[in-house]
Amino acid sequence: MTNEILFYFFAGLAVLGGVLVVTMRNAVHSAVFLITTLLATAGLYLTLNAEFLFVVQIILYVGGIMVLFVFVIMLVNLDVALHQVQFNRQTWVAGLLSFALLAELLAAVALARSYGEENWLFAAPHVPTVTAEGNTEQIGRLLFQNYVIPFEIASILLLVALVGAVVMGKKRI
Amino acid sequence: MIPTSHYLVVSLLLFTTGVIGVLTRRNVIIVLMSIELILNAVNINLVAFSQHLASLDGQIFAIFVITDAAAEAAVGLGIIIAFFRNRQTLLADEMDLLRW
Repeated sequence: MTNEILFYFFAGLAVLGGVLVVTMRNAVHSAVFLITTLLATAGLYLTLNAEFLFVVQIILYVGGIMVLFVFVIMLVNLDVALHQVQFNRQTWVAGLLSFALLAELLAAVALARSYGEENWLFAAPHVPTVTAEGNTEQIGRLLFQNYVIPFEIASILLLVALVGAVVMGKKRI
Repeated sequence: MIPTSHYLVVSLLLFTTGVIGVLTRRNVIIVLMSIELILNAVNINLVAFSQHLASLDGQIFAIFVITDAAAEAAVGLGIIIAFFRNRQTLLADEMDLLRW
């Protein structure tokens, strides 16, 4: 029961924050609501028994990426931007198409109800058996045994991003 | 327990919100934030299916997606700063040097 309450609380918070990110006029307010959404997503991970991702989400997203965003907003702060039109000319078409996409995907989820053995997506999920080692140990083992090459490639990607960010930040490019 | 489909619906709503943000906003920083929303929606899906299938592979993929998001944010914000220094604007529809 607690799990259900937590899920609906965090889900509502995440969706509400997401809508506010897109509709706010001021970029700083958008950033604050994005932080709300990211924290609510971390809570959703907790209801899914993904403790390691819960911590990674808070440290990396909220503590790393969002600080970067807020810092850049501060660097390029434009008072003029607040008084300009915030939405494109294509807004109505884009909104209409996005809602069509939403309806289509929701229909796909609803359609899954009629397929499969005993309402597979709609039944309660497979509860993982409690093992001696926790979530973090299991993820660490998988990451350094089965997924070690993707892991190294990810580190190269981060190195490239680091160099790219430094080059972009230079005075003359 | 909460059915997996509920997580799918939450993820769908976040994804669509992000798509609307990318397509309609003029401020490039908010467009980047909407991309982060989309990546989060993907992560929720991955972790939900990871629990549904009782396999940790989905969580590993979510970690890689978070890594990508960090790299993308760093480079994207660097580009925004470089662009702002040259053109004194943040509006996506004024980035039209390549438009014919």
